[in-house]
Amino acid sequence: MAPDTKHLEVTLDTHVESVNLAEEMCLRVAEEAGFGEDDCYRIGMSVREGVINAFHYGNQEKPEKKIHLAVDLTPDKLVIHVLDEGKGFNLSSVPDPLAQENLLSTSGRGIFLMRSFMDDFDVVSGRTGGAEIIMSKKLPSGNSQPNGQGGSGDRDATPRQEL
Amino acid sequence: MDLRVTYRDAGPITVVDIGGRITLGEGSALLRKTIRDLLEDQRVKILLNLADVNYIDSSGIGELVSAFTTVKNRGGDLKLLHLTKKVHDLLQLTKLFTVFDVYSDERTALGSFR
Repeated sequence: MAPDTKHLEVTLDTHVESVNLAEEMCLRVAEEAGFGEDDCYRIGMSVREGVINAFHYGNQEKPEKKIHLAVDLTPDKLVIHVLDEGKGFNLSSVPDPLAQENLLSTSGRGIFLMRSFMDDFDVVSGRTGGAEIIMSKKLPSGNSQPNGQGGSGDRDATPRQEL
Repeated sequence: MDLRVTYRDAGPITVVDIGGRITLGEGSALLRKTIRDLLEDQRVKILLNLADVNYIDSSGIGELVSAFTTVKNRGGDLKLLHLTKKVHDLLQLTKLFTVFDVYSDERTALGSFR
């Protein structure tokens, strides 16, 4: 990890309330990083959708599984990782929610929203074997984190939390 | 509770005034229950007033779509009124503007039901 990156991670229960917790946590970081109201809304929504995806599709709402959320604040962007303990999935197999035949579907819009609201979005196979969503948004111009301001060069001292 | 729901009758049409967040969990569940209760009472012409809905996630969008198709399948109609900018933009982004009848004036919306 780059020395000027702030890092925060939490392990969340597979529970509906974790969606709100994750959103609130990331919103605090985004506000602190200088994102405006509209970008905070987009970031918060993307985090919600990532955690909903992990909760519902990845962990299949099984309470014994965990959701791993990590946030990296680099000098030029905010990067969010959401990792589940499911079986993973192939991004190319996700149906297009804008296709005429899917417009009346009651689900399947989360990935689309994350892609729309973040600058970069990808899904990889994570260390748990589950899907790891990695998405980022560039810091607003003029709010880049100057070198050295991100701490002493090590990971943030925030301990890993069980929520 | 993230969501507040009250309803009022306008002749054969029920106007559902909704406020708060329609999101995964209680918000979506309350909207589902509201629609189910109305259909049980044979109220199949429904106008959802979303003026005070400041947030909807994909679960809430799914619930709106589910409400729309459920009401349609019962021979009724469900329309939307007074979208906030965020909800408007979200429905536009997801192309659901082409699905829902959306109004910015309650009188016009009520007059559009057959």
